[in-house]
Amino acid sequence: MRHLMNPLDFTTEELEQLFDLADDIQAHPDKYAHKCEGKKLATCFYEPSTRTRLSFESAMLNLGGHVIGFSDANSSSAAKGESVSDTIRMISCYADICAMRHPKEGAPMVAATKSSIPVINAGDGGHQHPTQTLTDLLTIRSLKGRLNNFTVGLCGDLKFGRTAHSLVNALVRYDNISFIFISPEELKIPSYLRDKLKELNIPFKEVIRLEDSLPELDLLYMTRVQRERFFNEEDYVRLKDFYILNKEKMKLAPEDMLVLHPLPRVNEISVEVDEDPRAVYFKQVQYGVYVRMALILTLLELA
Amino acid sequence: MLNVGKIEEGFVLDHIPAGRSMSIYYHLGLDKLDCCVAIIKNAKSNKLEKKDIIKVECDINTLNLDVLAVIDHTITVNVIKAGEIVEKKELVLPKELKGVMKCRCITSIEQELPHIFYLADSSREVYRCKYCDEKNSEKM
Repeated sequence: MRHLMNPLDFTTEELEQLFDLADDIQAHPDKYAHKCEGKKLATCFYEPSTRTRLSFESAMLNLGGHVIGFSDANSSSAAKGESVSDTIRMISCYADICAMRHPKEGAPMVAATKSSIPVINAGDGGHQHPTQTLTDLLTIRSLKGRLNNFTVGLCGDLKFGRTAHSLVNALVRYDNISFIFISPEELKIPSYLRDKLKELNIPFKEVIRLEDSLPELDLLYMTRVQRERFFNEEDYVRLKDFYILNKEKMKLAPEDMLVLHPLPRVNEISVEVDEDPRAVYFKQVQYGVYVRMALILTLLELA
Repeated sequence: MLNVGKIEEGFVLDHIPAGRSMSIYYHLGLDKLDCCVAIIKNAKSNKLEKKDIIKVECDINTLNLDVLAVIDHTITVNVIKAGEIVEKKELVLPKELKGVMKCRCITSIEQELPHIFYLADSSREVYRCKYCDEKNSEKM
């Protein structure tokens, strides 16, 4: 039995298989419509995350399975003080697979050690959100046809943004990748990531201005400046509008550059960019469902 | 110079940076052992000017000294048997530490879950939490 805790749990070869399956699901949805009949997915969400939870639920329903679960800690036994270990033991009796989101880092890993069903980390605090990374990779592979030979720009909150960190860690496993990190001084990438890239001899630069880097990019990964990651409101207000992608800036970008975003967007991408064919963040949501379907099938050994 | 008598079996921890002995006393769990422990603070030292020394009279198999390497790998560990030094132990950073460092992740609220850290970078002596990969920031 396998779990998914970290996007690097799968080798690049295993990811290729997963993405091939996701491609096939996209091309032949009817073939998979009954694959999970009689199976149940438990979505254990100790903090609200509508998009991720609905994506998992949609994935399981598309496969003909059923969904049970809770969407915040107050409506679960955690409110009574039950431990994650005890909850997952109970959930293991009710469902065949579990997707867990928890505000405390490491909670899904604790669950995995006690679980008799596969556990998927659906986000644990500021630590990991592996299915978002799988979604990002599938989007890139589907729309670009490859996962190597890219100059990747990551923009916004690169200090706290776990999706950006995970994407960097996932992309360094492919050939000829270079990065441009675009962020204010206060929200630069953490030092451990900088050290890792140096150690691996991966080319990267850190810049302040989005406009200067746009012409060089194959991919632009925008991130939200998250209010909850700041200690005070004043810092948040000062930094949140630092980088806004608009139609004018998009004129500087190559014709075939893709704009990705893990969503939700606040105002870092102007709505006028939505109509630009290079803006693929809503397509990303659809790929998220395909990759979660492929993941559920793989972990349930039904692929 | 204050003199503390020889021990028959146990450890003499020498060249402890002055002022760190009490921290080591608790980290090694010496407060929980029913054995004779001597702590000498601020002894004269040629190497350090001032140093602390701990002498522990115990069975040499009862103490796990892994944590000492994390506190300071320059501490000298003399293993004593029959009143003589039989070994000078070299301190090596342990690959895993259980119940020594604490993390603020799920381990801080989950019932009876041990705090486990793994050695992520031996050259910089960096330990990370097994559950959340957060770097240990606790001063040992």
